[in-house]
Amino acid sequence: MMSTKPSLRTVTVSNPQGLHARPVDLFVKIALQFESKIQLVKDGERVDGKSILAILALGAQQGTQLAIEAIGSDAEVALDALVTLVEQGFNEEDVDQQQIVDNSKSS
Amino acid sequence: MKFSDFVNNKAIKSQLTAEDKEGVIYEMVAALVEAEELPAEDTDSIIKAILKREELGSTGIGRGVAVPHTKHPSVDRLVGSVGISNDGVDFNSLDGDKVQLLFLLISPPDRPSDHLRALENISRQLRDDTFCRFLKQSKTVTDIRQLLEEADNNQFVS
Repeated sequence: MMSTKPSLRTVTVSNPQGLHARPVDLFVKIALQFESKIQLVKDGERVDGKSILAILALGAQQGTQLAIEAIGSDAEVALDALVTLVEQGFNEEDVDQQQIVDNSKSS
Repeated sequence: MKFSDFVNNKAIKSQLTAEDKEGVIYEMVAALVEAEELPAEDTDSIIKAILKREELGSTGIGRGVAVPHTKHPSVDRLVGSVGISNDGVDFNSLDGDKVQLLFLLISPPDRPSDHLRALENISRQLRDDTFCRFLKQSKTVTDIRQLLEEADNNQFVS
């Protein structure tokens, strides 16, 4: 069943180095596992949440507020996974992206 | 941040000759050493650090672009270079495309925000199709310098 209403969550970038290449790579890898269309919004600027280039261009530093918007059949599950990732500060050394996806899909 | 804030014009490579990731990274670091931006005795250690970072996840960010980088104590400000590979090299990018455009960045360990600003600038400019295409088609260092300068003057991004 396809939902046409976007789901929205707000998160704050918590890792000290901000959304640099590795966190963005992780974000996109997880986003790509969902069918939903995913977008990120920073200060009114809206970008494709499945494009590394687009997210890097936001230059989001620690403390930046981001809205993550998802639209599609697995929107809520996708948001659970992505919000967890950002809130955990991308746990850079030991992030287990599959674990995050599995947990959000089973909860 | 602008390209002119971190790209050393003397280290720009318009025609990278290596055919693999390791080779093009070596060429670009060597160009920065030759431009006297990096100390020659740190060449191996810098290359090793960049390759180690690649093992954590490719810096291929899509659209045929890669941003190999590392922090290194041999620099006291962000230094970078641009390289173009006509045939493209395999970078294990997420989108599977070969990489033709490389932006190599070396930053001092204590300046993460400069690195983020440089990434932001590179990504923002490359989202413009015209700039991205022109840069990939550049055949000479002069062409590349001119395009970077035009980008710095906001001629591509509104």
